[in-house]
Amino acid sequence: MTDSTNKEIGRQPSPYFGYLTKALGTLGSIATTMLGLLFITFVIGRVMPIDPIIAVLGERASKEAYDAMYIEMGLDKPVIIQFLNYIWDVVRGDFGMSLLNARPVVDDIIRVFPATLELATIGTMIGVVLGVPLGVVAAVNRGTWIDQIARVIALVGYSMPIFWLGLVGLLVFYGILGWVGGPGRIGIFYVDLVPTVTGLILVDSIIDGQWDVFWDAVSHIILPASLLGYYSLAYISRMTRSFMLEQMGAEYIITARVKGMSEWAVIWRHAFANIKVPLITVIALSYANLLEGSVLTEIIFAWPGIGSYITTALLSADMNAVLGGTVVVGLLFVCLNIFSDLLYKFFDPRAK
Amino acid sequence: MTYVSKILTSTALGLTLAMSPVLAIAETPDNMLVIANRIDDITTLDPAESFEFAGSDVSRNVYGRLVNFDPLNLDAGYKPDLAASWTVSDDGKTITFTMRDGVKFHSGNPVSAEDAEFSLRRAVILNKTPSFILTQFGFTADNVATTIVANGNTLSITTDKRYATSFVLNCLTAVIGGIVDKKTVMANEVDGDMGNSWLKTNSAGSGAYKVVSWKPNDSVTLQSNPDFYQGAPAMKRVIVRHVQESATQRLLLEKGDIDVARNLNPEDVAGISGKDGIAVDSELRGRLMYMAFNQKHPELSKPKVRLALKYLPDYKGMQDSFLKGQYTIHQAFLPRTYLGAIDDKPFSLDVAKAKALMAEAGVSGFEIEVGVREAQERIEIAQSLQNSFAQVGVKLNITVGTAKQILTRYRARELDMYLGAWGPDYPDPQTNAGTFAFNPDNSDEKKATGLLAYRNAWDPGAMNQAVEAAVIEGDRDKRAKMYQDMQRQHQMESPFGVMFQKIEQTGRRANVKNLNLGGAITSVSYWPVTK
Amino acid sequence: MNSAPETKGSARQLEAWLLSNTPTSRRHARLGSLYKGWLKLKSNKLAMLGLFILIALVVIAILAPIISPADPFEQNLGNRLKPLGTEGHFLGTDSLGRDLLSRLIYGSQITLYIVALVALIAPVAGLFVGTMAGYLGGWADVVLMRVTDIFLAFPRLVLALAFVAALGAGIENAVIAISLTAWPPYARIARAETLTIRNSDYISAVKLQGAGGLRIIVKHIWPLCISSLIVRVTLDMAGIILAAAGLGFLGLGAQPPSPEWGAMVSEGRKFILDHWWVATVPGLAIFTVSLGFNLLGDGLRDVLDPKDSGDE
Repeated sequence: MTDSTNKEIGRQPSPYFGYLTKALGTLGSIATTMLGLLFITFVIGRVMPIDPIIAVLGERASKEAYDAMYIEMGLDKPVIIQFLNYIWDVVRGDFGMSLLNARPVVDDIIRVFPATLELATIGTMIGVVLGVPLGVVAAVNRGTWIDQIARVIALVGYSMPIFWLGLVGLLVFYGILGWVGGPGRIGIFYVDLVPTVTGLILVDSIIDGQWDVFWDAVSHIILPASLLGYYSLAYISRMTRSFMLEQMGAEYIITARVKGMSEWAVIWRHAFANIKVPLITVIALSYANLLEGSVLTEIIFAWPGIGSYITTALLSADMNAVLGGTVVVGLLFVCLNIFSDLLYKFFDPRAK
Repeated sequence: MTYVSKILTSTALGLTLAMSPVLAIAETPDNMLVIANRIDDITTLDPAESFEFAGSDVSRNVYGRLVNFDPLNLDAGYKPDLAASWTVSDDGKTITFTMRDGVKFHSGNPVSAEDAEFSLRRAVILNKTPSFILTQFGFTADNVATTIVANGNTLSITTDKRYATSFVLNCLTAVIGGIVDKKTVMANEVDGDMGNSWLKTNSAGSGAYKVVSWKPNDSVTLQSNPDFYQGAPAMKRVIVRHVQESATQRLLLEKGDIDVARNLNPEDVAGISGKDGIAVDSELRGRLMYMAFNQKHPELSKPKVRLALKYLPDYKGMQDSFLKGQYTIHQAFLPRTYLGAIDDKPFSLDVAKAKALMAEAGVSGFEIEVGVREAQERIEIAQSLQNSFAQVGVKLNITVGTAKQILTRYRARELDMYLGAWGPDYPDPQTNAGTFAFNPDNSDEKKATGLLAYRNAWDPGAMNQAVEAAVIEGDRDKRAKMYQDMQRQHQMESPFGVMFQKIEQTGRRANVKNLNLGGAITSVSYWPVTK
Repeated sequence: MNSAPETKGSARQLEAWLLSNTPTSRRHARLGSLYKGWLKLKSNKLAMLGLFILIALVVIAILAPIISPADPFEQNLGNRLKPLGTEGHFLGTDSLGRDLLSRLIYGSQITLYIVALVALIAPVAGLFVGTMAGYLGGWADVVLMRVTDIFLAFPRLVLALAFVAALGAGIENAVIAISLTAWPPYARIARAETLTIRNSDYISAVKLQGAGGLRIIVKHIWPLCISSLIVRVTLDMAGIILAAAGLGFLGLGAQPPSPEWGAMVSEGRKFILDHWWVATVPGLAIFTVSLGFNLLGDGLRDVLDPKDSGDE
């Protein structure tokens, strides 16, 4: 692009250039956010009172082995150099090796991330399928006992310590009633029976046509996903209700009613149709929260997902693993946010 | 409001459908052994590097060693394994092993003296954490070419001094003595690492099993070796799955989803005892639970104070309550069943005596920090200590952290007090004597962080020489006597208060037979197991 | 209000004064609208239930030494894991034979302490960052809001975990860690408020009088942001309690033998199969208090933001 065209565009901005700068701006802000995220994580790793060398070598490490590892890990270089080296590697798609199990962090993340994705997706599905109708019903019956019940259901969801509910749920539904599978993604017999395609056991087992594996995986995921789903239900139903109330008071609804349209049509065809966009934003946010916020659920249910991966790595000073995991989760969070923003701007006339 | 009920019914229906596939209670297949265990300590499967409990369990079943223990007769001590026999030279420094004929690695390559030479040299040259088990005999990267030598079907190793032969052979039964397949390993060498990075996640042994997969914090899967020289194992597949919680392990065991649960707490053991189809085994292990006092602390360095503190743990109360069945009172640094072990128990809860000793030392009270790993029984022991220490005016502040956090500070001599466990590295008394009672240079610069005495800034004085003398004593009875004397002195003078020895309680399905965990001297063996 | 209402008559007078449609002063108007809000809140039964729970919590915490039946730290190894309703131990005992009811009662102090500290630290930090960004604009705004975004993008519990792991476990560090994850939303609210106020005539007038930037922020902008922050804090309290309990559950909050509820659940989970109450009782306590905050917060929102309100 030459100088003159630049000026030309400067005077009369073409719409494409506008999109381009916006896109570049968005990319830039993602990049700086990620850089900041990495930097904070990196600093935490350095001030952590765990000696990473002991993490690798174990407690009986001799002084010689210790010193050799110190240099091998580049700890003799200034912190800022270590950081820049790390960034350079990440840019090239290399998250380094996990200190603890000597595998590329990327492989670990590819292994653990689908587990979290599966759990958060099913959880959000439950939250949407139950939460949206609940919110609509509450809004339509505003002020009645139905509304109150919906409110209590949601508030109880907000108030529940999920680690505790998970424990009690496991005790009751797995331990006593035996209705669901135990902790973990799948029963021990079924481990490694299905070839990994997507990493999502539910999908892989269907692809492979192994229905017993599929049902076993369902029985394992249903409880943790329901718990997460309950949490997301609480949020989604409250937001749905609030959006619906806004619409129900609008003039066109009153007009529609006056015209003699059935209540069902008024609610679903008109009011609900208009809240779809903000609702999708809310669902995207809640999805992002489940993706990053299921640490405790994963721990209770021994779910080999990214939340428990980062936590375990953190507590054993496996900073490459922590950094890698945080980057993935952070990136996802930022992207989902931007996606919902864009969606909002694109579909909502008021935002334009 | 018909639509409301419509929605509610349909969602409720959906929920019921989703919940409906109730699992049939199954049993594991007859030729498969499924074990629940905590395996998050595995960091590598390379025998030259592997050093943690769960890693040793894998290694014992995958790699043959020159000498080894028979799981069905542990008391007999080491027996020939890949070495069919051995002779000791007159000066006692050279041991020559004759290799067993006809043993093959999993790859099909024959096990030769050259492989044994390679494996031991490799362990010395790589110089990973457990290498001291070999290098304490004077092997170095520079001299292995002459000290570890294969000749035909024999292998000779020459130590720098004359050591008790049993000491040397006991060390070779450790994980680091595992014999790897030289051809396979070297084919996977990267940048002169002698196959280290490949062996971390793969196996190249001759043992009863080979590694199919190791997923960190998740599972280890082993496949049987049908050509195992002692006969093909009955269990074709062994799956060890990481299950953190005792309660979960118990539920899995009760439902028949697993055959063996290895980390049941006393409450859950009580809960399954007497249930149909389930049995509980108890096996004495080598791990000791001890407390140690940092000698840099002005009050703790007073001999009478540290003696006083040993009269404060409620040994019996703990053993009979939250440690029930899983720890037994033991107060000396050699675990029971070790050569020279003693059963003296001079200490019991005696507040009056502790008070008197404190008064004699002229100390009325002080405040110290104890570092504890986040494990249930350790936190409970710490709280119990907190309670009884308070009775003599010692305020105990508990800091709970992950193993790595606490060890980092322990090794840096930063903790006033440490409460934790110690497991022997190899089945010879030297393994514990050389760490509890040996610290030839106590200066901060020395950084002998591997030694427990060093970590507590304690100079054992004359005990250093006693330890060195015991290692080279050839006469078994004399050697045992030396360790006994050492321990009696250690009990009264050292800043270590050994409290308990571990008993491992294993819940198993009653049809599982011959599962041996390895006692106090080695690790679990899967090959004799039948169902 | 310089004379406190002493009789029924004067109370009625006071009410009339508060509900007056023609306030005589700004203060009068403010008190009047507060009172109306209170009346509205009072009619919301759920919110009142929430308020009752929280008052009960405060009372229990204050009276802990008087009402608790035993020393929460006293061990008795011979009397451990006793079930509910055991004589002398209404809620049973834990693994070291300590009285669970007493531990629960003393635990309320820790819960209140954590909540109060976080509720002080996080909004103030957010207020500071947000108003600075909003008022200064330009580069300062870009940089500060970028930092805020970075903290928002961090997985919250992971961030808290990382800080506790770095600083060492303990209540104070848990408070700092939770505050660290809680401040960004406040900063956003404060910034938005500041942006709407910044160019108002009122601020221009203050500026004309020669007031400096910091003075304007502290004396004129902060007071205007505070009410919206308070609503938000009330709504966040439950989240703070759950976060603190989560840290305690992971062993990163209060250290033993402290009777923090999350840590108690964590201790009790080991015996969940045969001694379920040890974990269940403190879990219920966390739930109840958190529900109390949510009920009250929800009611408050109805009062302050009629758009969402349920009953009219």
